[in-house]
Amino acid sequence: MDNNIQASDIYAIALHHRFQWEEAQQSYVILFPEGMVKLHGGAGEVIKRVDGKATVGDIVADLKATFPDAVGIEDDIMGMFDLAVGKAWLRKLN
Amino acid sequence: MTQTSLGESVVQKEIQSQAQNNGVAANITHTQPLWLLAEVTYRCPLHCAFCYNPTDYDKHTQNELTTEQWIQALRDARKLGALQLGISGGEPLLRDDIEDIVIEAKKLGYYSNLITSGVGLTEKRIQAFKDGGLDHIQLSMHDITEEINNFITNTRTFELKKKVAAMIKNHGYPMVLNVVIHRYNIGHIKEILEMAEALGADYVELANTQYYGWSLVNRNQLMPLKEQIDYAEKITNEFREKVGNKMKIFFVVPDYFSNRPKKCMNGWGEVFMIVTANGDVLPCHSARVLPNMQFPNVRDKGLEWAWKDSPAFNKYRGTDWMKGPCVTCPEKLNDLAGCRCQAFLLTGDAESADPVCSLSPNHHLIEKAIEDSKNPVLASQPIIFRTDKNSKKYASGESTERVEEFHALP
Repeated sequence: MDNNIQASDIYAIALHHRFQWEEAQQSYVILFPEGMVKLHGGAGEVIKRVDGKATVGDIVADLKATFPDAVGIEDDIMGMFDLAVGKAWLRKLN
Repeated sequence: MTQTSLGESVVQKEIQSQAQNNGVAANITHTQPLWLLAEVTYRCPLHCAFCYNPTDYDKHTQNELTTEQWIQALRDARKLGALQLGISGGEPLLRDDIEDIVIEAKKLGYYSNLITSGVGLTEKRIQAFKDGGLDHIQLSMHDITEEINNFITNTRTFELKKKVAAMIKNHGYPMVLNVVIHRYNIGHIKEILEMAEALGADYVELANTQYYGWSLVNRNQLMPLKEQIDYAEKITNEFREKVGNKMKIFFVVPDYFSNRPKKCMNGWGEVFMIVTANGDVLPCHSARVLPNMQFPNVRDKGLEWAWKDSPAFNKYRGTDWMKGPCVTCPEKLNDLAGCRCQAFLLTGDAESADPVCSLSPNHHLIEKAIEDSKNPVLASQPIIFRTDKNSKKYASGESTERVEEFHALP
């Protein structure tokens, strides 16, 4: 964890990046100049909730409520935020 | 048209592609095109010596697809899964319907990119692109000096490019600069990167020339020395450290100076689909040089058939087509035997190993090319610029200068 993600942080999709569901791929993708990333399963569920309003804490709580059977998902979620911030797919608003 | 998307491009490095395609047909392996490159015209106001467009492009300047045909192609490719759209050429802005294509691309959910020399980009047009939902513009730059810019493009476009760069920035677009690197500008990498930083570039692609089309016939005039490339890469790495995430710099390694061949296009018919000005559907930019191939055309059976079932797209999918030394090589899945076009252009056999590979029985051809480029007699031959006049001569067979030895005509 290099990016020191806090539960109070609020993120949005980075400028010039677009997040969308792809029917043909059956996955979420992030599109940006000269590249794209397919987000598999859980990664897409995390980024889907990043809307420039919800805090990281809100998103963790929402995912825990949505997937009550998933054990220890908080670490995975924080890991996904760390990756997405490190790759500059997200920008911090607060 | 720039050279970035040739070979293992920056795009492909980011894609988590479906890698396990050892079969033949897409309907078995379920590959999907992720990237559609629309080469909407081969007309171009620039005459770049390194252009990879076919030397006989002039044949295809009179039978361009209509706006409606392009829109249908966009729809069909999107259904197949294409996401990234490159609008390229030639100079796409020579068509007056790019605005309509952009609007349709937005409607369909593409991430769209206009790949341009900047010639023909006006305030009115860029505003229309912004309103229509174009996502980004990739501008080609050539050098920090007016002299080299004007020489290599055979035009006076230096000041214009700087104005266009400012226009792109002012309209809130990410600034993506593409610089094709060759003997005449490789000594200016540091200054080129400083210029990019000063212009506010978000992405810079330093695309070392790869030798197809016009760049192949000018290979002796364009190829830099290995030492120059190593130095340029070192400068690039230092600059990258300095600017960090603010400006992403891609250095596209020239395959002639690498021992391993590139995994060209990330595999034939794996992620890329190109529709050319006249509607031919190709798995790579220069595929039309290959002999005995009938490429599909959007006017005939449409894109789904082209991608999934056409003999041309299935011909080099996977590894079944390979022969020695590739077929038993432990590297074969890493590079898929390199580039079919390069194998054909340099050896006359499209199914042989890419001669860039150190294990290829034809690797001496690459070594010879590198030696030839140091030969002052060969290097002093004039550059053959990409002009309609030169292309007409090639297309009609009137001239075979420097294309015969390379099998460089379809």
